[in-house]
Amino acid sequence: MTAAGAAGAPDPAFWSVTDTARRIAAGEITATAVLEAMLARIDAVDGTLGAYLAVDAVGARAAAAEVDQRRAAGLPQGPLAGVPIALKDVLVTRGLATTAGSKILAGWVPPYDAHVVDRLRAAGAVIVGKVNCDEFAMGSSTENSAYQPTRNPWDRSRVPGGSSGGSSAAVAAGLCAASLGTDTGGSIRQPAAFCGVVGIKPTYGRVSRWGVVAFASSLDQVGPLTRSVADAAQVLQVIAGFDPRDSTSLDAKVPVFTEALTGEVRGLRVGLPQEYFEAMDDDVRAALTRTAAALVERGAELVDLSLPHTALALPAYYLVAPAEASSNLARFDGVRYGQRAAAPDLLEMYARTRGAGFGAEVKRRIMLGTYVLRAGYYDAYYKKAQQVRTLIKRDFDRAFHYCDVLLTPTTPTPAFRFGARATPVEMYQADVFTLSCNLAGLPGISVPCGLTGDGLPIGAQLLGRPLDEATLLRAGGVIEAAVGLGDRRPPGIDGSQAGGQS
Amino acid sequence: MPALTRKEVEEIAVLARLHLEPDELERMQVELGAILEHVAALAAVETTDVPAMTHAVPMDLRLRVDVAEPSLPVETALAGAPRKDGELFVVPSSIAPPGRTGAGSEP
Repeated sequence: MTAAGAAGAPDPAFWSVTDTARRIAAGEITATAVLEAMLARIDAVDGTLGAYLAVDAVGARAAAAEVDQRRAAGLPQGPLAGVPIALKDVLVTRGLATTAGSKILAGWVPPYDAHVVDRLRAAGAVIVGKVNCDEFAMGSSTENSAYQPTRNPWDRSRVPGGSSGGSSAAVAAGLCAASLGTDTGGSIRQPAAFCGVVGIKPTYGRVSRWGVVAFASSLDQVGPLTRSVADAAQVLQVIAGFDPRDSTSLDAKVPVFTEALTGEVRGLRVGLPQEYFEAMDDDVRAALTRTAAALVERGAELVDLSLPHTALALPAYYLVAPAEASSNLARFDGVRYGQRAAAPDLLEMYARTRGAGFGAEVKRRIMLGTYVLRAGYYDAYYKKAQQVRTLIKRDFDRAFHYCDVLLTPTTPTPAFRFGARATPVEMYQADVFTLSCNLAGLPGISVPCGLTGDGLPIGAQLLGRPLDEATLLRAGGVIEAAVGLGDRRPPGIDGSQAGGQS
Repeated sequence: MPALTRKEVEEIAVLARLHLEPDELERMQVELGAILEHVAALAAVETTDVPAMTHAVPMDLRLRVDVAEPSLPVETALAGAPRKDGELFVVPSSIAPPGRTGAGSEP
C-alpha cells in the first residue's frame, strides 16, 4: 500500500484492529497520526464510494488526542485505544447528527450515545463518523438511503449490499479499521459477503439495543464488520454484555472471544442444511464446496440435514418486520425531533410530515405493517408469523442435536448491479439465507470464502446455537485461513491511486 | 389473500398517518398486493398449539426497581423539536378548521 499521507509515513489503512491498538500502545505511531492518515484517505477515496454520510473530524481528533495524552501520562488504555471505527447511521451519537438514512431525521443531533457507542468510547475507540445505510435499515443494497448511493469497492457498478452497506464498504476500502452495523434480516452478513469482509450478528439479546434507531425490535441486533475474524472477536468483546436499559438484553456471561480462535476444528460437526443449497449461482456453490472440503481436511465432520420450515422464513419475516416497523416508526411524527411539514391541524401535520419525510420502501413497510396489525387481522398475520418463528426455531433446535454449527452460503449471488432488483419481492430474495437466523434469534457470521470468476467476493455463513458466538468465530477463523481472501483487496482502491484520479 | 382495493389502501394510509400522493396510492396497491400474495403461504401452515416465539433464549421480562432516576434535562429533550415554547413542544391545533375532517376521526 502506498501511504495516503506524507511520503514514507506508515499507512494504517489496512492494519487490523489489534495491530493498530498494539502499535499505538507500543508507541510506534500515535493515535493522532493513525487518524490523520485515515482522514486523508477518506478524503481521497470516499468521493467515489460514498460510504460516509458524515466524518466527525473534530470529535475524532479530540478522541485521538486523549488516547495520546493518556499514553504520555502512563494511564491505562482500553483494548481499542486509538482504533478508528465507523458507525452505521442508525446508532445514535451524542452531539453528532444521526439520520438513519432518512430525510425525516435530517439535522437531528441526538442528546445521548447508544450503549454500543458508550462501550466503544470507553474502550478508547476513535469514532471517525457515520456511514450510509438503507433508510431505517430497510433494504438489501443501500439504494434506499435518502442521501446517496454507496458503491461496492470491488466493482463500483455494483451495490455494497445492505442495509449496512456503508459499514461494509468503509471496512473493505480501508476507510476505518472496523465498523458497526445492525442486522434485522441479514443487514450485517449480506453486505459483509458482498464486500469481502467479516460480519457477525450476535445472538438476539447479546448486544444492547439501547440507542439503536429501532426497525423491528424482536429481530434487531448490533454487530461488527471487520477485515478479519480476530478483529470481529475483539470488537464483539467490547460491545457484548448485559445492559439493564434494554429489556431484552441477556444477563449471560460473555466468554473471551479471542480465546476461541484456536485454529482448530477437529471433531466439529458441521451441518449442511439441504434447503440452503437448492438455488444459487455456480460460483457460490463452488466456493461453498471448497469451504466444506477445507473444514473436512482439518478434521471437521459434515452432517447432511434438513430445516424443513426454511421456505416459510421469507413470508414470516415480511409480516413480523413490517408490523414491528409500523409501530416503531410511529414516533416520527414531527413533534419531538426531525423534520415537520406545515399543516393547519395536528393529524394533517403528522400525515404530511411522514409523507414528505419517509422514502418509498419505508412507506411500503409502514403500510404493510399497519394492514397486518389492523383489528381482526392480528391472529391471521402477526400471531401466525410468530408461531411460524417457533417452528423455524424448533428446526434449528433439532439440527443442533446433530451438529455444532451450520454452514450455508450467505447469499445466493454475489453483489448485484444498481437497479437490478426492480420489485420489492425480488429485492427481498437477497436475504433468503440470512432471515431465519434473525427469526430464531441465533448468532450468525459471514466470512469471505473466495471470489467469483468476475472477482466479486463470496461469503460463507455459519449459524450457531444461542450464545455460541465463540464456535462461529473459531470455525470462521479456520475458513478464513483456508479459503479466505488473504491479502487480496478491492482493485484500484489504493489511497494514492484514487487520490490521483480525483 | 385477496388483492387490496384502492379504498383499503386509502384507509390504511389514514391509519398509518401517512399522506400518499395519487400515484403512490396506485403503486402501493400493486406492490402491497404482491407482497401479501407472497406471504399468503403462511395461512396453510398448521400452527394449532404452537406458541408464538418471544425470545431465542428463555428469559423472564425484568422489572426495574420503581425508583425515579435522573432523566434528560428539559432543554436537552426539547433541543431537537421543530417548534417549542418554554418547556413545551408546540403542535398545530388538534381541532380541524371548519369544513375539514376533524382530529381523531377515522375512515
